[in-house]
Amino acid sequence: MAKHRGRGVATINYPVGMNLGGDPSQALVHSNPTGKFTVTLSSIDLGQGMKSVTRQICAETLGVPVEDVYVDTADSDTGPHCMGSFASRGTHRVGNAVMQAAREARAVMMEAAAEELEVDPGDLETDGRGSIHVKGAPSRSISVRDVAIAAQFRQGKTISGRGIFLIPLSDVDPETGEMSPATCYAHACLIAEVEVDDETGDVTVLKMTSAYELGRAINPKLVEQQLVGGAWMGMSHALYETPEPYYPDTREGPRDFNEYLMPGPGDICPHDIAVLERPAPDGPYGAKGPGEMCANPVLPAIANAVFAAVGVRIDELPITPEKILRALKARGGAPPHARAR
Amino acid sequence: MLELRKDIFADERDDSLREVGQPTPRQDILGHVTGTSAFYDDHRFANLLHLKILRSPHAHARIRAIDDHAAARAPGVKRIIRAADVPVNLNTLLSLIQFGKDDEPSLASDVVRYKGEPILGIVATSERAASEALNLVRVSYDPLPAVFDVEEALRPGAVSVNATYPKNTFEYYGKYDHQKLRFGDVEAAFGQADKVLEDRYQMSPIEHAPTETNGSIAVPDTNGRFVVYTSTQALFFSLDTAAKINAMPSNQLHFVGGTVGGGFGGKVDTLTEPLAILAARLTGAPVRYRLSRHEEMQFGSPRGAERIYIKDGVMRDGRIIARKVRAYFDSGAYTRLSSYAAVKCAAHIPGPYTIANVHADVFCVFTNRTPATAMRGFGVTALDFALECQMDKDAVAIGMDPLEFRMLNAYRDGDLKAHRREAKNCALIECAQVAAEKANWPLREEFRRMSSRVGRASGRVDAPPPRAPVAQTGAGPFRRPYDRPAASGPVPNEPPPAPPQATPPPAPPPPGATHGARRFSSVFGTRRR
Repeated sequence: MAKHRGRGVATINYPVGMNLGGDPSQALVHSNPTGKFTVTLSSIDLGQGMKSVTRQICAETLGVPVEDVYVDTADSDTGPHCMGSFASRGTHRVGNAVMQAAREARAVMMEAAAEELEVDPGDLETDGRGSIHVKGAPSRSISVRDVAIAAQFRQGKTISGRGIFLIPLSDVDPETGEMSPATCYAHACLIAEVEVDDETGDVTVLKMTSAYELGRAINPKLVEQQLVGGAWMGMSHALYETPEPYYPDTREGPRDFNEYLMPGPGDICPHDIAVLERPAPDGPYGAKGPGEMCANPVLPAIANAVFAAVGVRIDELPITPEKILRALKARGGAPPHARAR
Repeated sequence: MLELRKDIFADERDDSLREVGQPTPRQDILGHVTGTSAFYDDHRFANLLHLKILRSPHAHARIRAIDDHAAARAPGVKRIIRAADVPVNLNTLLSLIQFGKDDEPSLASDVVRYKGEPILGIVATSERAASEALNLVRVSYDPLPAVFDVEEALRPGAVSVNATYPKNTFEYYGKYDHQKLRFGDVEAAFGQADKVLEDRYQMSPIEHAPTETNGSIAVPDTNGRFVVYTSTQALFFSLDTAAKINAMPSNQLHFVGGTVGGGFGGKVDTLTEPLAILAARLTGAPVRYRLSRHEEMQFGSPRGAERIYIKDGVMRDGRIIARKVRAYFDSGAYTRLSSYAAVKCAAHIPGPYTIANVHADVFCVFTNRTPATAMRGFGVTALDFALECQMDKDAVAIGMDPLEFRMLNAYRDGDLKAHRREAKNCALIECAQVAAEKANWPLREEFRRMSSRVGRASGRVDAPPPRAPVAQTGAGPFRRPYDRPAASGPVPNEPPPAPPQATPPPAPPPPGATHGARRFSSVFGTRRR
């Protein structure tokens, strides 16, 4: 009886947005009278960071500090239509809508600033710190606050913008499946290292190493949150969870978290992540979206690592100790070369 | 820990950004960590009523009679809601985008098709009063035979689950019981393959298990409007679904949400809003309908369980020349969103690899199980599990390193995918290289130097047979190493891709090709057939 170590790998890609498109999102951006901006959406923040990602995109596009932008989500009386927060579509679809709205608002802001400074709008740039100045002449400047006040009370301009992003719905050929499912794809490779106890059938995940290509990490901390959380979900799906342990038999379904098995803090392993950025031509600042894909490579990587460790293939999830022990018994034990040192 | 590899693809990015790319703290973090963010259930109302649902104890049964007289007289009970009270009882979620037929009742009236199916609602002054009144309802059933296995459900003579789709499959394009994908000729390719491997994979259903269970509060407003506080993941999707079921103009509904305690796909189905609104209309009072943890676990829709068969034809030199997939999505008793996932699954086949011959049939199957729904990676997670386990077996069968085997077959810019679109903006190879480097996974030199950015016009074959010396074919077999930033202008080995008309295709299309592709792959050039 011994513990065996093995490594497994998986490489995957993931389509961004609803399959076939046809899933619009809209955004509104406007300034209050003193140059603070509100982004109005009906998109949902379920913890993934929708408010924060769109806030950074809006600030970048307007050329103002992120503190001067506030994102209001999900009131159907004020927020324009959004298809919803699913299908890894938030950053890509809503981000693009916000970018378009912010561009329109920025154009008005620059016109208003040009009128105040008596220059051509094309000669102006934002400094990202709350001011607008003449290119090459930073001393000829005006604050965004003063521009907003002037636009509101002197020029009669609304510093606001509308945005929508839509990938038109693709046809599907019923005979061949020819279709345009998505306009961009994110990528990943994940290597899992496990230890399998051939006496108990227990699998311990020792380490994960991954590389994710996401177009652009709008906020690296939020990306890390998604990738770490998603890996936990993948590990849980691979080794622990199911509401129907004898599927397709419906017996023995859990009723609460006491009966629904999931990995606890002690089962979590170190996860070493690299993020690559190959910008998507139609992504906001090139961004794609890490939301859904991050559990996907973990399941097969763990299954393949179990094979590398003890030489058995478990093709039915979850990979429980019972299944491993039965497979080991059928195989006549683990191959000796796989023994841990 | 997370490391940003800004050196890779640096020449494709403008990195002179101020706010994008910063680890800015979340806008809502203070509220979340101090417990002051308002989720739907943090809104308080005087005279709030509570809706609880009577659910079927049978997986499949005919309802003979419902006796709710005692329940209606129970303490605290304000109203019983029956199927006949629901203005538009039959609905399907994707009717909003004109996909599929109405097949699921809000409340079952004649037949129940899964254990946990809603039959009747009780609105009372407390959740406890509503629950106690539920125990007083007497329903008599005639149990019917049930089917739980996707392949059994497709056998001739199987129990018919869903009255709208009596053959137990969703109907595609008005004529097929599955989604097809056809590319090349898999059967001919299996005949030429050195190895043919076939296997079966079974996913398990899992729970979304959000911290906050599904729920909503519907509050009568002035002018005949209702404000609905909701945990939905899709505000207008839920609003329009609720408006349809209640036969109300959409502008009588004012949905408020947007701050949600986890969803993972389980809060798209609009499980609670329509009946909460109906209960508020019928009582004139604010009504809360929230799932208990038990209901969320047992009757809130789970991730479906897919069964997937894969057959691969592989050459000894590492090329996959054919992949055939048959996949079954267990939709449970009603469609919800599984019909959509089956198409997404077909689009994802054969995974991020360039394979000349691909054939897939994907079925959305009805069984007497809680309807499945979207969950993180919908349509793809199960397929990725099956494909990546199969890739490992393929590699072992031909004695190749599993990561190099994947890189050899990885799709690259300019390749034609099985759904007949050109691959662009690829980066699978670079991810493999970086992960291998970090994990000290040994890769041979030619694999460390591979690139996804091989243009279609380069006319080269760079993939060596396993454990053989590099075959120098065509102009410059390798792109620049992935880990060198393009600092010093164009790299000699990587001429910019020429416009299609400027460079003749390197080889004539293979005879007998059934699709319009000139070349299958920048990796392998013209396929040997």
